[in-house]
Amino acid sequence: MTSPQPRVGVMRFPGACDDRDALWALAALDAEALFVWHMERELPDLDAIVLPGGFSYGDYLRCGAIARFAPAMQAVADFAAQGGLVLGICNGFQILCEAGLLPGVLRRNESLTFVCRDVPLVVERDDTAFTTRCHNGQRLVIPVKHGEGNWYADDALYEELEARRQVVLRYAEPVNGSRNDVAGVINEGGNVMGLMPHPEHAVDPLLGSADGALLLSSLVDAARERALAAV
Amino acid sequence: MLVRPKQGILDPQGQAVESSLRQLGFSVASARVGRVVDLEVAADDPDTARLEVERMCEQLLTNPLIESYEIELPGATH
Repeated sequence: MTSPQPRVGVMRFPGACDDRDALWALAALDAEALFVWHMERELPDLDAIVLPGGFSYGDYLRCGAIARFAPAMQAVADFAAQGGLVLGICNGFQILCEAGLLPGVLRRNESLTFVCRDVPLVVERDDTAFTTRCHNGQRLVIPVKHGEGNWYADDALYEELEARRQVVLRYAEPVNGSRNDVAGVINEGGNVMGLMPHPEHAVDPLLGSADGALLLSSLVDAARERALAAV
Repeated sequence: MLVRPKQGILDPQGQAVESSLRQLGFSVASARVGRVVDLEVAADDPDTARLEVERMCEQLLTNPLIESYEIELPGATH
C-alpha cells in the first residue's frame, strides 16, 4: 500500500458550527477524519488537527479567548510544539491567535457588519504544508462568513512577519479591514496556519467553488507524508 | 476593571458611536468604546487584590496587542 489514509482530527467546541463540514470535506479528500472533544486532555494518534469555524463559547469576551483554555487546547499546543500540523479556520484562527500559536489578533470587521460571501484570494506562498497544491500568485475563490475577521498586527510585528514570509493568503480586494488584506498566516515553524475563509465550504464545484479543496488536499498530503514517515 | 482599545488602534465601534452622536447634533471630538468588568475578589488587602486582577487581565480579560486596562479598587466591602 502506498497511500495510507492520514488521521486528521476536527476539534469540537461548544458553539462550533463548521465541524461537520470540515469532517465531511476531509473525508471526501481521502483523510480518515475524526472528531476530538474539547474536554479531552490528550489527543488521539493524529497526523494533523483542524480547529473549525463557529462561535466557541458564544464568542464571549473576545473571539477565541475562552476556547483557548479548553483542556484539549493544551494538548493542541503540545502537538504543535512537536511539529504537528494544525489548521485553524475562522473561529479556529481566532483561537490560535488568542492562544499565541499564531501572530496577531482578529478584531471586529471595519464595517461593523457580518460579511458572508465568496471572496477572491491570492496565494502568497506555495511552499507551506497547507498550500503545496497551489502556486504563487494563484487566485482562489473561497467563502468567508465572519463578523470578526479584521486581522491586526502592529508595525513591528507586521514587519517581522513580512521578513519571515508568514503571510500565506491575502484578500484580492478589501473584505474586513484586515491589515494589508491578510487572510491567512502561518507560524514561524511552518506547521500551524490560520485563515478566515472557509475551505471546507468550497470542496465541490456544486457549491460554487472547489478551490478550498486545494488547501485541504495540501494539508491531507502533508499529513499523509507524516503518517508514512512515522511507519 | 476597565478595558480600552489601545491608543492608536483603530476602533470601528467608537467611530460608529462618534458619527451617530454627530448625526444627533452632539459635538464630539472622538469616541472610544471599551468594556467594564466588575469583579468581587476575596483578598487580605488592596495590593493583593490588585495583583490578582492584573494576572487575570494578562491571562484572560484583555488582549495586550489591542487593549489596555485600568484597575479601580473601590475598597473593602465587609
